[in-house]
Amino acid sequence: MPRKSDVVAKMEDVGIEIDGDLSDSDEDTNKRRGNRRPAAGRGGARGRSKKPDSEDEDDEEEAPRNRRGANKKKAANSHDSDEKSEDDAPKRRRGGAAKKKKGGKAQDSEDDTEEEKGNKKNKKGAPGKKGKEEDGKDKKGENKGKGKGNGKEDEKDKKKKKKNESSSDTDSNADSEEESMSEGEMERLKEEVEEKKKIIATMRNKPWRMKRRLVHLKECQAFVDKFEGALGKGKGKKFYAYKVMMTKVLMGLPYGSIPRKTVPRAEQATAQDYSVLMDFNIRGHTLISTPGKGHFITYYHFFLSQGYCKYSVLFYGYYNNQRTIGLLKFRLPLSYLMVGVGTFGYSLMVVIRTMAKNADVGGGDGDEGEFTFSWKMFTSWDYLIGNAETADNKYASITTSFKESIVDEQENQKDENIHLRRFLRVLANLMIICCLGGSGYLIFFVVKRSQEFANRDDLSWYEKNELELIMSLLGLVCPPLFETIAELEEYHPRIALKWQLGRIFALFLGNLYTFLFALFDEVNNKLEEEKSIRNASIWALKEYYANFTLHNNDSEATAPPIDPADVIRGPCWETAVGIEFVKLTVSDIQVTYLTILIGDFARAVIVRFLNYCWCWDLEATYPSYGEFDISGNVLGLVFNQGMIWMGAFYAPGLVGINVLRLLSSMYYQCWAVMATNVPHERVFKASKSNNFYMGLLLLILFLSLLPVVYTIMTLPPSFDCGPFSGKAKMFDVIMETIDLDLPAFLGTLFSYAANPGLIIPAVLLMVLAIYYLNSVSEAYQHANAELKKKMQMARDEEKNRRNNTESTDQVMKDLEDLLPNRSLLPPAPPPETNAGGKSAKVKPGTAGKDVKLQKDVSLSSPNPNNREVVTRPPAPRGPGPLPGNGPLGTGAGRGRGRGQPPPRR
Amino acid sequence: MLGHKRFSCNHPSSTFFPLSRLFYRYRDLAPQLVPLDYTGQPDVRLPYELIGSMPELKDNPFRQRIAEVFSEDGEGNMTLDDFLDMFSVLSEMAPRDLKAYYAFKIYDFNNDDFLCKSDLEKTLNKLTRNELTEEEVRMVCDKVIDEADLDNDGRLSLEDFQHMIVRAPDFLSTFHIRI
Repeated sequence: MPRKSDVVAKMEDVGIEIDGDLSDSDEDTNKRRGNRRPAAGRGGARGRSKKPDSEDEDDEEEAPRNRRGANKKKAANSHDSDEKSEDDAPKRRRGGAAKKKKGGKAQDSEDDTEEEKGNKKNKKGAPGKKGKEEDGKDKKGENKGKGKGNGKEDEKDKKKKKKNESSSDTDSNADSEEESMSEGEMERLKEEVEEKKKIIATMRNKPWRMKRRLVHLKECQAFVDKFEGALGKGKGKKFYAYKVMMTKVLMGLPYGSIPRKTVPRAEQATAQDYSVLMDFNIRGHTLISTPGKGHFITYYHFFLSQGYCKYSVLFYGYYNNQRTIGLLKFRLPLSYLMVGVGTFGYSLMVVIRTMAKNADVGGGDGDEGEFTFSWKMFTSWDYLIGNAETADNKYASITTSFKESIVDEQENQKDENIHLRRFLRVLANLMIICCLGGSGYLIFFVVKRSQEFANRDDLSWYEKNELELIMSLLGLVCPPLFETIAELEEYHPRIALKWQLGRIFALFLGNLYTFLFALFDEVNNKLEEEKSIRNASIWALKEYYANFTLHNNDSEATAPPIDPADVIRGPCWETAVGIEFVKLTVSDIQVTYLTILIGDFARAVIVRFLNYCWCWDLEATYPSYGEFDISGNVLGLVFNQGMIWMGAFYAPGLVGINVLRLLSSMYYQCWAVMATNVPHERVFKASKSNNFYMGLLLLILFLSLLPVVYTIMTLPPSFDCGPFSGKAKMFDVIMETIDLDLPAFLGTLFSYAANPGLIIPAVLLMVLAIYYLNSVSEAYQHANAELKKKMQMARDEEKNRRNNTESTDQVMKDLEDLLPNRSLLPPAPPPETNAGGKSAKVKPGTAGKDVKLQKDVSLSSPNPNNREVVTRPPAPRGPGPLPGNGPLGTGAGRGRGRGQPPPRR
Repeated sequence: MLGHKRFSCNHPSSTFFPLSRLFYRYRDLAPQLVPLDYTGQPDVRLPYELIGSMPELKDNPFRQRIAEVFSEDGEGNMTLDDFLDMFSVLSEMAPRDLKAYYAFKIYDFNNDDFLCKSDLEKTLNKLTRNELTEEEVRMVCDKVIDEADLDNDGRLSLEDFQHMIVRAPDFLSTFHIRI
């Protein structure tokens, strides 16, 4: 770009007066420093007063590119003579001031020329500078314009200020000036430094070209660096940095410590470690020693039910009922209960908080229907995609989603053959309910049978692991079955997905609950059994002591305690329940992993390599690769989490096993997805926010809470194992603690708090609060909908009005049509040579810059007076038809947009 | 010295991305063209063919538009500054308004500062690889204008576009390129 010649041209524009009137040059440079554009405008104005014959030409030259010039013109018409005298007056005065300061006019003018050079340099290097100046110096420019009309004293000040400012640009002679800065100047300087800093801070929010940013940044930073030191702020920097660092450290501390707190059962760290060890032991043994899966399960089963695991820290039975342990009096039973219940409380809180946050983020859900198509069009492409295959899938998914929305839209208008569809839907639901019932019954049946098996010893591995296998198989077979049945319903895919997920969820939950009820049946049996064993063991103990005294004939000596391994033991139903859950979890892991290995990996290998010698294209048609089922996997996670919640009370080690499982499955599934799966052909989110899944999680949390709390509150714990042995109910631990460890008044306080007379009103109050909040939120929703309706109505009204005026007022319409058309045309050769030349040079590509500049203006301060001198050929053209500057700035030079026609005279 | 010294720490967009990495990315596109030393501010432009073949862009249906919008000459040939511009706007840190503004420009195929129907049709056809019928395309475009056009002039202005896009939940996560 021929910037150099530009600058020369500009200098000519501005510099005429400099050459012509040396004493005037001071002011000129001032203007240039403060705001380059106004300089030309003012020059034009003055030129008018001096050379009346060239006035018109000047005017029109400046009109299109210099709003300020245009403004000035108006002012000039009335204050022409005024201005001239004013212009002259301060000149004289300033001359005096300058003398005082620098001791001579000669130096002054020398200064000016230096600055001139600096300016030149700046202009050369900074094409975008003029535009940028708007930001920081807008106000100044305005002030300057006003100041002229105002007090002279004022003006003098301003000029001085400008001088300071300019020195920052040119770096030529600031030092001598700084020494003589007064208080007021300091203030102003400070302000300016702040302003520049603000510019630097907000620079990245501006849609500027990099070059422009760089130049502007350098300029601002040079200014700030220079004057911050002068203002004594530089010294504070270090302290500030230190302060920031310290606050970061301080703020960081609690933040960093949170993740550690999120591990809910801190006391069970040892338990987890141990379980890790055991788990690896099992794996190591079996993987080495056994070739088949069947054998593996048997081995594992043996290990778990008859082996050492049963008595390990993994399970409830490991912990004993010693009330306090060690010097610090760690109360194991109490903490066991508290952790068990606290986990639920904490999980509930986390889930509900997340849901609330999601709902908050999706607060714009009301808008959801408003911009369906727009959002699909403008935000559906993911710019992160950098892989051809992914891109293909994305294209496909976008196309389907558009088609979907189109179908939706069409369906909104018509709905036919509703009877057949209804019938099919009812049929499908009936079939699915049958499936669910069938699977439930199957599980019930299997659990009953396993209770029979429990009394026998000659069991094959299948009979031993029947329950887990059946449950896993059901989980494997039913979802595809549901999907097939759901085809009947012809729901919208998103709704269909929700139904599908809901059904799978119901299946899992039903299975889990059936399993649980069967388990409770067993627990009751065991409780019966326990009574007899308890009697037997008491009897055995008495007999032992009796025998001891009988044999020794020494009533003084006390009997040595029996070896714990010899004591008759109760069935310890808690451990049994825990074992069931661990078995379920482990078999779930196995089935998942094997499914991936066989269903995905083997399939992918076959499809990939058999494709070379097969009659049809395996990759494209029938078997193809497995799809990664996101929603199914999420559901699996949710369900798994529910199982952990339920089982963790009876088998604390389950948490550790699950952590392991999640960790390994993350890497394993990640590998599987990358290596063997293709993305879903049709990707559907179940909902915009993730609250659908969170809702499922909440539901399953609640449902797993129920049985645990039920056992804690009603069932008597085993008499000889676990931390609660010897108590009538598990929660008696709390009572005991209150009685023994807390001061007496707290005990009475708790007894009051537990009084039904207090609890019932509290519950009532809560219900009322819920009711109140609910109705408030409903009212808000209503108001929201109302407002939305109003907005829509206003829009429609506007539309109607517009249509009406268009139809009735033909003349006006014609006129309106005419105007924008005129401005849309390439600009007619205007009388001014300059503007015409400029627009002629506009390249098609620079149209984009047009937009940019407009945006600049609207992003920065709204001062309409900022216009650049148009002597530079193609680069940013003046602001275009943005509403903000429509009336002022549309000139003949700007070709596009629908601004008003250029003011012609 | 190495070229990236010039924009080492005080660069206006230095907080958006690691600059030196970007510089080397730029240079790797054409090592024979781009000098290591940028202190002399050489006037180097990489042609669109090179820019558009970057792995980050090559599968993007709007790559040509992106290059055009960010290049100074409007034809997709980029200087280093343009290149930095592009990735700073598309970085994660860029503010929403800035992104919206550039998104608007990218979708404004005919550079007339409005998204009119032809722009929308082009966008849609690029997104779906011409798989929708004309009827469907027309319908979608009508719907878009119906939804987002606030001043009812039959086309989307920047304000309309911003009003619509700032409410979009996915905009920030999708209009972003990691490099």
